[in-house]
Amino acid sequence: MHRDLRIRDLRSKGSAATPALLALLITIMVVATVYVFAANLYPAPTAITAIGEMIDRQYDMTLWVTGIVFILSQLGLAYAIFRFRDRGQKAAFTRGNNTLEVIWTSATIILFVGLGLLGRKAWGETRFTPAEPNAIQVEVTTNQFAFNFRYAGPDGKFGRIDTKQISASSGNPLGLDSNDPAGKDDIVVPTLTVPVNRQVELVLHSQDVIHNFYVRELRLQQDAVPGLAIPIHFTATKIGQYEVVCTQLCGLGHYHMRSLLNVVSDEDYAAFLKASAQ
Amino acid sequence: MSSHAHSAPHAMPAPTGFISKWVFSLDHKVIGIQYFLLALAAVCLGIVLSVLMRFHLVWPSAHLPFITGGQMTPEQYLALVTMHGTIMVFFVLTTAPQSGFGNYFLPIQIGAADMAFPRLNMLSFWTTFLAFVAIIAAFFVPGGSPISGWTAYPPLSGLGQVTGPGEGWGQTMWIVSIALFCGASLMGALNFIATIIDLRAPGMTLMRMPLTCWGWFVTAILGLLAFGVLLAAGVLLLLDRSAGTSFFVPASEVVTDTLLNHKGGSPILWQHLFWFFGHPEVYIAILPGMGVASHLLSTFSRKPIYGYRAMAYAMCGIGFLGFMVWGHHMFISGMSPYSGFAFSVLTMAIGVPSAIKTFNWLGTLWNGKIQFTSPMLFALGFVSLFISGGLSGLFLAQPAVDNRLHATYYVVAHFHLVMGVAAIFGIFGATYFWFPKMFGRMMSEPLGKLHFWITFAGAYCIFMPMHFIGIAGAIRRYADYTGVQYLAQFQPVHKFMTIAAFITAAGQLIFLWNFFWSLKHGAKASDNPWHATTLEWSTATPPPHDNFGGHYPSVYRGPYEFSVPGVTEDYVPQHLAPQEVPRSK
Repeated sequence: MHRDLRIRDLRSKGSAATPALLALLITIMVVATVYVFAANLYPAPTAITAIGEMIDRQYDMTLWVTGIVFILSQLGLAYAIFRFRDRGQKAAFTRGNNTLEVIWTSATIILFVGLGLLGRKAWGETRFTPAEPNAIQVEVTTNQFAFNFRYAGPDGKFGRIDTKQISASSGNPLGLDSNDPAGKDDIVVPTLTVPVNRQVELVLHSQDVIHNFYVRELRLQQDAVPGLAIPIHFTATKIGQYEVVCTQLCGLGHYHMRSLLNVVSDEDYAAFLKASAQ
Repeated sequence: MSSHAHSAPHAMPAPTGFISKWVFSLDHKVIGIQYFLLALAAVCLGIVLSVLMRFHLVWPSAHLPFITGGQMTPEQYLALVTMHGTIMVFFVLTTAPQSGFGNYFLPIQIGAADMAFPRLNMLSFWTTFLAFVAIIAAFFVPGGSPISGWTAYPPLSGLGQVTGPGEGWGQTMWIVSIALFCGASLMGALNFIATIIDLRAPGMTLMRMPLTCWGWFVTAILGLLAFGVLLAAGVLLLLDRSAGTSFFVPASEVVTDTLLNHKGGSPILWQHLFWFFGHPEVYIAILPGMGVASHLLSTFSRKPIYGYRAMAYAMCGIGFLGFMVWGHHMFISGMSPYSGFAFSVLTMAIGVPSAIKTFNWLGTLWNGKIQFTSPMLFALGFVSLFISGGLSGLFLAQPAVDNRLHATYYVVAHFHLVMGVAAIFGIFGATYFWFPKMFGRMMSEPLGKLHFWITFAGAYCIFMPMHFIGIAGAIRRYADYTGVQYLAQFQPVHKFMTIAAFITAAGQLIFLWNFFWSLKHGAKASDNPWHATTLEWSTATPPPHDNFGGHYPSVYRGPYEFSVPGVTEDYVPQHLAPQEVPRSK
């Protein structure tokens, strides 16, 4: 009986230490999180496409909306925890308030669904709009655990692929059909080189399992799925070298499946094509 | 207790032998404990796997004595990723809150003697047990555990050993385990739904059910609709692997220069089927936790739950919308971008019922008289974690922003907070709350609080920084940071998260100690130690075999009648007839 009474003590009026500590922990968590974002401690690299900047604006808007909701609701929770701790008072008896329910339901519908609808623009620019007809065509073929990039060469035509002729070990990783003259001048390289300020259309293929083409600076990510040819496009506006990585779990070498994106001037691009054609 | 009890419905006679009482038991309470212990074993294993992953990410070349070759290989790391995810999602987050606590407390909370189908209940537990044996066996088969992640995307998972170690026998064992688990979950879901529809006590209308029961009810409906689809997908994947069919594997597959003989399958079909299950599964994991959190917040604020109807409808809304959002896992999969946009708007909409729940939780606390017991601390932690993890979902729900964040640590942070840690907090809250009813003794409060502080602070230290490095581009499921140059800069953050993971994992030993020590040595619990209102507190502690000792309760009011004006005590149990309620003069 004596022990049971002790349990009752625990349940009734306690010290302020527990609610104070919990409210403090939540507040510290909020302050630390806000600080990391405000001080930009882990900056993402600058976007190098106009669409990338559009995506960043949508991201920033979402960050503001969720950030404000996050701060208010977490601090509201911390406040309630400390303010309404058991001090021997009587709890208010209420079953709720329909007006409030209607207000916060409508407010969140407008806020969340509105944010989703606003996000249509940036998504539409990357995926609803097809590439311009004069965009530079590059075919991306992935396999465990490499990227290959194919350019049509001087004739402007991609050669046929014969899957039976695929042999990475004998220097034909894509299986270019040796009987198709259009394929003779195709350029196949392990890194992607594109001219600055020109639209590039990539068509993604995979030979074996699902891979992914992701460049942080492009804000562009797309799976390469065997059996499908998936087009994506971008226009890079800043000369530089960027890492291309695979983000779809593809097997034991997934972590080192990597390539490079070289965004170069028109002259350097012409030089690259010339050098690769030989 | 109540003079208005009606006669007992037919209940199974109490078993006498050890085997029929504790092994092949038909008693929902024993089966609930069996599920709980299975989940406890699974979570211990799952935590060990995650600690090994965290260790490897920071010290990839460290010598590990228990690994052949001494150093962890990339495929071993991916096996850890796969097994951690599978064990945690299926055998912990699906098993403990629904099958464990749901089995034990659903019949008692609605005033029934047992589940509707006790034999089916036993069968579903032992099928789950077999599924667990099968997934453990995957560690020991030739080639080891699968490396394709808990989502097992084909063709990686559909071609056998050629795509990587663990993709032979290991992947087969994985499919067998998941198929068994699906079967067991279907049986369980049917049983839960039938029990709630048919076995409620007189007066226990749907709108008088505790929100825990609403959580289990909606979860059971989700389970019934979702697990069948995963079962079918699993069977098709098994056929692709072993019978030469091509449901998911397309033509012209070339693996390491060898042309395979598959024709016309679609890898994206698997993703649709998997996520048609997989997204409702997220809610299967969290809805019971939402029910428990609501229950505890009301009980320990000594206030009725704020907006009971809104809370029940919000759960139904989450369940309903939960079936229309699976495509948000597939924005960058090659699915039509127009579908992607539709899935995006629906996903943003599912934030609405989630926000309703959060506002009502805060409303429940407001002007309350909050008692900081261990279960209440975990319920409060649940709310904080759910807010954090839920809001980060608003980024991932937008395909344009997902272009930037998909497959980064940001995603890992998001789903761990919202469906992992928050759900686990629901389980912990439920354990501290119901332990006295289940075992007749209290768990230690000081140890419970210590466990809470370590777990709450630890969870944030592990998962908050993952958002930051994810936004900067850190990619998940990488065994090593040496392959991609820009990943090296994140190593100090990884080190911080790994140390936090070690401390948090060690903190769980306090819980284990508290649990097993209290079974024998905890203070004796009274029938209603928390002064709670629902029916499980109206019967003996622990409850007799038929739950209410031959008398069955009638229900006179809703589940959260706390601090009712004019009543002597600050709680009015559901089973007390109005004239029995002691009133102040």
